[in-house]
Amino acid sequence: MFSEFYNLLSGWFALDTWIVITAALAAMSCALPGAWLLLRRQSLLGDALSHSVLPGIVLAYLAMHWMEEHHWLSADSGIRHLVLFMGAAVSGVLSAMVTELIQRWGRLDRGAAMGVVFTSMFAVGLLLIRMFADKTHVDPGCVLYGSLETSAMIPLSSSIQIPRAVVINGAMLLINGILVIAFFKELRLSTFDPGLAAALGLRADWIQLALMAMTAATLVAAFESVGAILVIAMLIVPAATARLLTDRLSTMLVLSLLIAALSAVLGHVGALTLPSMVFSRLGYPDVRDASTAGMMAVAAGGLFVASILASPRHGAVRRVMDRIRLQVRIASEDILGKLYRRDEAVPVEDLTPSAIVTPVPLRTWIEWLARRRLERRGFITVTATMNQLTDKGREMAQSLVRSHRLWEAYMARHFELPGDHLHATAEQVEHFLSPELQTELAEELDQPSFDPHGKTIPGSSVK
Amino acid sequence: MTAIHPSTSPLSIHDMTVAYQGRPVLWDIDYDSPAGKLVAIVGPNGAGKSTLIKAVLELIPRTDGDIRFFGKTYQQQRSRIGYVPQRTSVDWDFPVNALDVVAMGLYRQIGWFRPVSKRYRQQALAALERVGLAEFAGRQISELSGGQQQRVFLARALVQNADLYLMDEPFAGVDAATERAIVELLRELRSAGKTALVVHHDLQTVAEYFDEVLLLNMRLVASGPVEQAFTTENLRRTYGGKLALLDQVGHRMRHPNVILP
Repeated sequence: MFSEFYNLLSGWFALDTWIVITAALAAMSCALPGAWLLLRRQSLLGDALSHSVLPGIVLAYLAMHWMEEHHWLSADSGIRHLVLFMGAAVSGVLSAMVTELIQRWGRLDRGAAMGVVFTSMFAVGLLLIRMFADKTHVDPGCVLYGSLETSAMIPLSSSIQIPRAVVINGAMLLINGILVIAFFKELRLSTFDPGLAAALGLRADWIQLALMAMTAATLVAAFESVGAILVIAMLIVPAATARLLTDRLSTMLVLSLLIAALSAVLGHVGALTLPSMVFSRLGYPDVRDASTAGMMAVAAGGLFVASILASPRHGAVRRVMDRIRLQVRIASEDILGKLYRRDEAVPVEDLTPSAIVTPVPLRTWIEWLARRRLERRGFITVTATMNQLTDKGREMAQSLVRSHRLWEAYMARHFELPGDHLHATAEQVEHFLSPELQTELAEELDQPSFDPHGKTIPGSSVK
Repeated sequence: MTAIHPSTSPLSIHDMTVAYQGRPVLWDIDYDSPAGKLVAIVGPNGAGKSTLIKAVLELIPRTDGDIRFFGKTYQQQRSRIGYVPQRTSVDWDFPVNALDVVAMGLYRQIGWFRPVSKRYRQQALAALERVGLAEFAGRQISELSGGQQQRVFLARALVQNADLYLMDEPFAGVDAATERAIVELLRELRSAGKTALVVHHDLQTVAEYFDEVLLLNMRLVASGPVEQAFTTENLRRTYGGKLALLDQVGHRMRHPNVILP
């Protein structure tokens, strides 16, 4: 399996490296504005923007074409891209503004306003393409899915062999990075508390529009490499993954960059290896290659799922582990309590054989784990015929039973409840009373010696 | 007749009307706040209490009226005014810690596009200490209790070292300890010669906590020292339902073509 993997990767050429670099730069430049959109709860705005920039691009293209025809502009690719970006940014800002206006005047919610504006603008873009189809060369497949493999092959110029897409996406990443660092404070404040931002004299609405322009330009830069649909994945998924992993804003931004880059690497490796390794085994021998852009989205999704499971603070694995740990602790404390009460009722010497053999029934694996834990820590000794508290275990058990009976006494004083209602809650509470709370409770009840059922409340032996 | 507004007043509102989508929610407010006093803004739900604060701070547009802070416009006096928004107005899951939030109050002082340096972080920490939360400085804000979150907001206003504070329901949903801490803080501010206008809901504590009241229900019902203005008669006028006619006219202004039944 591994040798096959290495075999498949042994055909790694310089082009593969350029593909990964292009993809990583595109993904990283998207991840930065994406993180802010996510925090502003505007994640879908990226999706919408990716559609509404279309008329801007087409109009910019037409304007450029017209200027070139009149020889006002030389057919220089650097300027061409700049004009395209400006077209996209302007139509991005425009669509954000129109959305805002429609939301205010039409009294619609943001989602509805976005739906109206962005689909209409996309339609206008398509119409423009149709009207001037002979002048623009927009390949729908390329726009939707992008073509990393092709874009990594087009060099910047005949003398500089770096792919053009690397330069464009790299420049975009650099610009976004500088903007985010320079405006970090302002972005943070206007995102967290627009009200205070405005009161302090910061134009939160301008920041929003600037973010829209930045997102639109970034999208256009990345379109060519990863395509319109996958750009959305790169915009939101790395940021969402990073958000799961940290509660610090700066760490989140750095992490989303790393995750974006990692998705690019994993995506390309996956595109090279997965088709023949997985699909042919699954009975689809016809699947020979996969698009790197598509695999990047899959990789990003995989990283997201992994962090849902493994996130240190909010992860599902962590939550399950915590719950099991708590259950085991409660179960082991219950065993201690049971043994203590058994010894309290009948002296060890008088125990009947059946009580000796089955004093601690093991109903579940949690209880099994609990007994193992107690044994390992030296709280109980287990032999074939006898489960017995050690001195250490007895001390611990005594404190638990003390908590239990103190709580029953407390309940009996403050709640109008019949005696048989007290046990169940005390059974829960006993596991959560700290020594301080226990002391406080005993003081409030004037150091009682008996619980409401007339049983002795053992003294506090645990310091 | 024109009202005369003293230039020493921390906040002078001259004939302010505020409308949402053409429908006035505050009518012709005319008010001068006293200096160095704690003022409660009191009124039923929908009376326009938050709207009043937001409108004078230009967070929402005014239809009409002129606002002066210490005799000058808001733009000229921004640094002398501290604003405490409602706690529920922000997303407390946002990935920042308590110290970050307090430091936000200093952003204007720090200057735009500059990072928060150590000096400012220390100021923020000192403010957190004043509200008794120094040990929570590094705590993610979602892990704070409601009362602690409110105190973080107050610390953020304190750090601005303003002369006039506008607070939107700082007592809403806080525990008894936080309520005491806030009252203590308000009194500290007053003894330092500062003024605070506080939207307040609990009529029981108005006389205990505040020097003056501003009774509001779409219009200014009464204002002045608690013992003079906070009377049963004024409260009845404030809480005894909105003026039916004001409401109807407002409705007509928003829907001019709808005939009311």
